[in-house]
Amino acid sequence: MGRAEVVQKRQKAAIMALRVAALLATAAATIVMALNKETRTFVVGTVGTTPVTASVTAKFQHTPANVFFVIANAMASNHNLMMIGSDLFGLEFKGFKLPLVAVLDMLNAALLSAGVHGAAFMAQLAKNGNSHARWNEICDNFQGYCNRGGVAILAAYVGLLLRSASPWCPL
Amino acid sequence: MAMSQRATVILATRLIALIATLIAAVVMASSHEKGTIFGAISYEAKYSDTPAFKYFVIANVVVTIYGFLVLFLPSESQLWRLVLVFDLVLTMLLVSSISAALAIAQVGKKGNSHAGWLPVCNQIPKYCSQTTAALVAGFVGLVVYFLLVCYSIHRDLDPFLVRKN
Repeated sequence: MGRAEVVQKRQKAAIMALRVAALLATAAATIVMALNKETRTFVVGTVGTTPVTASVTAKFQHTPANVFFVIANAMASNHNLMMIGSDLFGLEFKGFKLPLVAVLDMLNAALLSAGVHGAAFMAQLAKNGNSHARWNEICDNFQGYCNRGGVAILAAYVGLLLRSASPWCPL
Repeated sequence: MAMSQRATVILATRLIALIATLIAAVVMASSHEKGTIFGAISYEAKYSDTPAFKYFVIANVVVTIYGFLVLFLPSESQLWRLVLVFDLVLTMLLVSSISAALAIAQVGKKGNSHAGWLPVCNQIPKYCSQTTAALVAGFVGLVVYFLLVCYSIHRDLDPFLVRKN
């Protein structure tokens, strides 16, 4: 086979590898944030000799921005999966593939961008608090929750960067 | 539709987007309220209290400057393909800034009982309504930019293959 064909094959393999990486990133972000939960028990008093404990749970559903993050990443993962599947199985959608890819790529990139940034700024608020509004930081007590949330946001950023390259190379 | 009519419509759409993002940036940056609780403790609410609102103002300022510069681009220039790419990137920037500001504004209005964060809009109603107005203007700017991107994709890439050549 000629040199041009070898280059073509390598390009296709590289594009497929990037698509799989984007899928893995957004899927990881979805799963890590959706399973994000931490329970802490505090001792609030003693009755006689037995301590009375209260448990506080931090779940991702408590914050609407995190719920939106999970939904946006799930939709972006679904889109990535559909694109990979349509390439693997050679589907052409009766000639509508180009508008589908162009418009859907843009929609999903915008949705993913919104989800990631909303969760990122809420995470910044949880980590630093806001002295003007008298909002305390909560990451001191829930370090596992905050760490896992941070990892999910970073993974989603990687997926977003890979998807943002789509105007230049159609991923 | 004749070419000059279409160009006028596009120019008008870009002007609407420019005005929307300009209003969003200016209204958010000028939202400011001072008050006192019980006449003793004084508080002050500005847009720079939260990094999310600062990001919103910066993003809308960037998009306003870009929109202003694009108005002067001659219609036969080769740079319109670059304008398509920039439109796409700036739409993503706008949507991220609105999402961030909306997340923080929602906490300010409704609070978050699980985290122990109380809503603050009762003490600073004027600031809250001005922030809401800025967010609405930003959303209008986002929708108009999204339509501009859709039209630019339709004109330059022709995905639905409506052109004969």
